[in-house]
Amino acid sequence: MSPRSKILLVAIVPLGLLGFAILSWRPSIAPVEPPAPGSFSNVSIRRGEVLAAEAHCISCHTARDGKPFAGGYGVNTPFGVIFGTNITPDPKTGIGNWSREAFLRALREGVSRNGSHLFAAFPYGAYTKLSDGDVEDLYAYMMTRPPVVAQTPANTIPFPLNIRPLQAGWKLLFFRSGRYRPDAGKAAEWNRGAYLAEAVADCEGCHTPRNSLGGESDKLAYAGAPIDGWIAPALTASNPSPIPWIEGELFDYLRTGRARWHGATSATMTPIIRDGLALPVVPDSEVRAIAVYFSGVNGAGSNSQSVHETEQRVLAGSGLGHETGPNNVAGMYTAACLSCHYNSGSVSSARPELALSSSLTMTEPTNFLQVLLNGVGSKDGAAGLVMPSYADFSDSEIAELAAYLRRTRTSRPPWKDLEKMVAEIRRSSTALR
Amino acid sequence: MTTFQLNNRPVEIKSSESSPLLWVIRDELGLTGTKFGCGIGMCGACTVHVDGRATRSCITPVGAVAGASVTTIEGLHPEGRHPLQLAWLELQVPQCGYCQPGMIMQAATLLKDFPDPSDDNINAVMGGSLCRCMTYVRIRNAIKLAGSRIREGSHA
Repeated sequence: MSPRSKILLVAIVPLGLLGFAILSWRPSIAPVEPPAPGSFSNVSIRRGEVLAAEAHCISCHTARDGKPFAGGYGVNTPFGVIFGTNITPDPKTGIGNWSREAFLRALREGVSRNGSHLFAAFPYGAYTKLSDGDVEDLYAYMMTRPPVVAQTPANTIPFPLNIRPLQAGWKLLFFRSGRYRPDAGKAAEWNRGAYLAEAVADCEGCHTPRNSLGGESDKLAYAGAPIDGWIAPALTASNPSPIPWIEGELFDYLRTGRARWHGATSATMTPIIRDGLALPVVPDSEVRAIAVYFSGVNGAGSNSQSVHETEQRVLAGSGLGHETGPNNVAGMYTAACLSCHYNSGSVSSARPELALSSSLTMTEPTNFLQVLLNGVGSKDGAAGLVMPSYADFSDSEIAELAAYLRRTRTSRPPWKDLEKMVAEIRRSSTALR
Repeated sequence: MTTFQLNNRPVEIKSSESSPLLWVIRDELGLTGTKFGCGIGMCGACTVHVDGRATRSCITPVGAVAGASVTTIEGLHPEGRHPLQLAWLELQVPQCGYCQPGMIMQAATLLKDFPDPSDDNINAVMGGSLCRCMTYVRIRNAIKLAGSRIREGSHA
């Protein structure tokens, strides 16, 4: 390097840092007196309630057994735990002294009232697409909730990633501000579904893989991604379910937590349905719009013609009368699974048909092993759906059972390293308890 | 505190959420019809119904049935006269009797789904319920007898 370019470098680096600091700086927005609940119209509050349910705000902003929206739920990220904040209108620990402008800037730009950059665990990348009216209604709803005094726990993001101004750099790389733009070539219902999926519910947040810096890749939208020890399945045509996710199945699943030909919800998806889309305040038409949108994303549409054929083919080869014999694994299957997972004539949504189960046909055995090890509680998935936990089986027994069902119920390639994965999932679920 | 419906009445449970449903039913709620067999969900003696589905209570944590409806052998019929129970008496099915409550509970869900079960249906659905006295032949006959009584609509 010549002395001249050294001098240039010495001059440019601090200038660049200064420029970045100026660009990333956001002003504080003056605190306001908490607005009186009476200053909002009931219509606006009710619309805000529906939006908040569809956006499942409560799931990240409420601690386990905590007061609604008072914060404290830990979002596990590869960088550390980020705690959902208190978004009740308490002026000290919540957002009581946030003006409309401050609320709008947080949703649209990911900047807190005091000017600091928010971490992208808060999905402002989706909320930037919200319409003015919807932001206004959400503000009306949040500001009329009972205020709760609750300090949000400190995040565990390590230095230097915890330096908030650095988030401005992340935004430069991965964040594009701008409202949702309807696709004029599509029907109103499709556009409503796309808006709900992309601006309100942020389905991509879990279902789109992220790069090593935590940015979402547009090219891989909805391709499926790991989340909290599970896999959020692909929502595209690459989803391997034997019966495609047609509109009707998507609707049932999102509305009730179970779909007859796919199975029931669990893990991180549960609160999104149970505390959101399944609530009576959300109209059927909204859930239907999301179903229409995703049945377009995966190309399955609404045609259920081939469904019954597949169902009958699967039932003919699944279970009944085929499992007896000296084979240990088959015996284990009969005793452990078949006493509940049998089906007669047609499939019941109360006991997912294993040969149709999404978890058994996925590329990774993760979700299947999670269910086997941890069972399903009445509040984990669909209401009233309960499966015991088979954690008393040894790692090798569970691995054998999984391999057996994969081999006999699907035409997918065998899962690899099953026993190791069982041990890993067992370790991580004990750690979470 | 876990609450759920047991035999159509609400119950509140003091045991921790991770306690097996079987022990809550037997020890805390005092209904001893449901039996402990293997403790790992492989023999069927502890079978109860959770929202109408046969479920092994020994490996189901009580927290998992919060808000659900649980039926034990005591709640299958208010006077113990479910068609299966009558057929069991008529054909004198039990020998030692220990596995029979679980057998009857499993058979009750079988008959709901297969009103006229074939031998294959019975083998498949009852295959996870073990009887060390080997009363299987009489179990099979009693299931078929109860099925025919239910189909005829005469439960006596």
